Amino acid sequence: MQFMLLFSRQGKLRLQKWYVPLSDKEKKKITRELVQTVLARKPKMCSFLEWRDLKIVYKRYASLYFCCAIEDQDNELITLEIIHRYVELLDKYFGSVCELDIIFNFEKAYFILDEFLLGGEAQETSKKNVLKAIEQADLLQEVSTEVYYHHCKATAIGVHHRVFGLSL
Amino acid sequence: MPAPIRLRELIRTIRTARTQAEEREMIQKEFIVEFGTNAIHSLSEYNHFYSSMIQPVKSDLNHSTQYVQGLALCTLGCMGSSEMCRDLAGEVEKLLKTSNSYLRKKAALCAVHVIRKVPELMEMFLPATKNLLSEKNHGEILHTSVVLLTEMCERSPDMLSHFRKLVPQLVRILKNLIMSGYSPEHDVSGISDPFLQVRILRLLRILGKGDDDSSEAMNDILAQVATNTETSKNVGNAILYETVLTIMDIKSESGLRVLAINILGRFLLNNDKNIRYVALTSLLKTVQTDHNAVQRHRSTIVDCLKDLDVSIKRRAMELSFALVNGNNIRGMMKELLYFLDSCDPDFKADCASGIFLAAEKYAPSKRWHIDTIMRVLTTAGSYVRDDSVPNLIQLITNSVEMHAYTVQRLYKALLDDISQQPLVQVASWCIGEYGDLLVSGQCEEEEPIQVSEDEVLDVLEGLLVSNLSTPVTRGYSLTAIMKLSTRFSSMNRIKKVVSIYGSSIDVELQQRAVEYNALFKKYDHMRPALLERMPIMEKTATNGPAEIVQTNGETDSTILDTKHLPSITQPASQVGQCNYHICFCFAGIPPMTAYNKNGLKIEFTFERANPNPNIAVITIHATNSTEADMTEFVFQAAVPKQQLRMRVKLTYTHKGSPVQDLAEVNNFPPQSWQ
Repeated sequence: MQFMLLFSRQGKLRLQKWYVPLSDKEKKKITRELVQTVLARKPKMCSFLEWRDLKIVYKRYASLYFCCAIEDQDNELITLEIIHRYVELLDKYFGSVCELDIIFNFEKAYFILDEFLLGGEAQETSKKNVLKAIEQADLLQEVSTEVYYHHCKATAIGVHHRVFGLSL
Repeated sequence: MPAPIRLRELIRTIRTARTQAEEREMIQKEFIVEFGTNAIHSLSEYNHFYSSMIQPVKSDLNHSTQYVQGLALCTLGCMGSSEMCRDLAGEVEKLLKTSNSYLRKKAALCAVHVIRKVPELMEMFLPATKNLLSEKNHGEILHTSVVLLTEMCERSPDMLSHFRKLVPQLVRILKNLIMSGYSPEHDVSGISDPFLQVRILRLLRILGKGDDDSSEAMNDILAQVATNTETSKNVGNAILYETVLTIMDIKSESGLRVLAINILGRFLLNNDKNIRYVALTSLLKTVQTDHNAVQRHRSTIVDCLKDLDVSIKRRAMELSFALVNGNNIRGMMKELLYFLDSCDPDFKADCASGIFLAAEKYAPSKRWHIDTIMRVLTTAGSYVRDDSVPNLIQLITNSVEMHAYTVQRLYKALLDDISQQPLVQVASWCIGEYGDLLVSGQCEEEEPIQVSEDEVLDVLEGLLVSNLSTPVTRGYSLTAIMKLSTRFSSMNRIKKVVSIYGSSIDVELQQRAVEYNALFKKYDHMRPALLERMPIMEKTATNGPAEIVQTNGETDSTILDTKHLPSITQPASQVGQCNYHICFCFAGIPPMTAYNKNGLKIEFTFERANPNPNIAVITIHATNSTEADMTEFVFQAAVPKQQLRMRVKLTYTHKGSPVQDLAEVNNFPPQSWQ
């Protein structure tokens, strides 16, 4: 997989994960073009389209489009399963996940993605194991952050908390 | 569990701090690393931070917490630059050998990224791959191991040969996946770890390609997967799809190949359009090699022409053209013409071209061929490619017995609609050529229409003045009118039209009109010859756009053999009916310029033929020194017996207008004919 984008029906980007090195300018251009192309598709059309020299696999879940760019030798149908697995992971973690969960907990969404895929490939094919790893990491972070909060009043804390989106 | 231990230690450490500042420092030190890695993670890349990232990432890779190490591997594996990869490859390699499966699988994918960035480092990871697939590792790392092995095999033929020995192991693993009982952890809709199955199938494809032994070793398992996989959901079909791709790429036995094609055939009937899409894509790839097997699914493929999805329609169209042959041409063409009628404008040009090609190859009769062309021109006439016009003209010219029918149908089409330029151009040309057949009502194929010379000229003149006509079209119609001067009796009208356009703003038209005027005035004796019916044309092999060469007429035993332009032949009627005979004895004849006018230069070079030295080979070099192309170049020559000279007739299209010229070549060197 070269990249994955999540965007709303209005074209707002909710998540972007790039597995190839591109400049910010290029990323913006690609995102803009692709979002436009996918949003223009009618519901009767299939989930695959050719775009530049890549294959695009996309699927809509509620108000979010999950869009992946894969290479010529990759299997489109299994990519749909990859997307579905990611949605299942989000669902399990957030409990009936919706777009808002991803908006307000985007760092968690990235986190989960990073435990599932690495360099564009699946690193763990067991749903249980991915969720376990995230649970453990969560625990470590939460407790550590609490300790941190209680012992530090530096400005860095504020930044740290904002990045992790934890409400305290 | 590492987390709580670390936490307890952390709290203990912090408690040893004597001041708040010291406390703060300790915590900050602990978290800046994590924070750093996470921040890099959550934010977008900043290239200039890379070199400063190496040290923190490096230390993270050696961190005591697997979670931190994991983060570092993830960072490196997703966005590590070549510089970073080079520096940290050693750490990754170390982690690839750790017993911690959580880290090992991340290290494997990180290694994949390193190899993609710095291919030379691939060798470094070879030792660590030794036991990647062995049974004693948990199945957990299998997926990432297979991905790593795949990357290495794709990039290096040496690695590929080296890893071929893994085929039996891979086959075994795949077999276990299919046969094993329900495993809730890796299950997707009742199928065991489909992600792993797909990756193994892909690796098998790479290992089996071009190798008989490996292909044989995997034959059975492929058949098993192909027949046993549950197809009710997408996940099963994903595995079948990968299986089909593998079967088609390796050296599989024919039974297996037919099985694969049949799976694709079943896919075509699936309600899920995604499945239909991948089926058509795959069939397109195999239609050349497994033509007969794909033919069996022709009707299903043709049905896909009516699909609502644009990509499916396009693939179905391409596949349909690939499947057309002499046996199914009538049926297929019906479907394709119907498709042409109703498809999106984006498709029309390609579809029209495809139809023309197919019709040319497999037309069951000339009448059918002309009808098909007419149908395309009238329904998609504006989308037809420019180069179709000369091709169609040639086709029509060569269908001698259909001339009357063709010109009648084209004339009637013009009465309906003059907006589609390719149609109008072909029609004008035909009316110019066969207008006499039109007015004399000679059509046999259908009821001949009653039309007068004036009516025909009305139509052609209408084209000249219409806003819908392009300059090229106007050129065609003016020439057509001119040609009719030798076929119709209404000369005065034609003369008037031609003289009017002598002052046209359009330079092309003006030049043409002026030349035609001159034809009426000064060269009236040449007019019939110049404007006579075009003879049958034979298509040459190559030589640029639409270069057609004259091969009509009877030729004598010894003819001039040319290299650039095949056979120059006997003259047409005006130069006389005698047979010409040439016999040459050459000995180093210097080259000569035979013709040089209007940017067209023709040079002759001579050499002896092999093996018969009594035969001369004249090579004609025709060069165009103008900016515009000269197309439809025709070179005709007549050569008298006694003395070597040539009467040459040239016709070509330049800047969209036809040009004709007659010339005499008298300057042959004496050596050439003595």
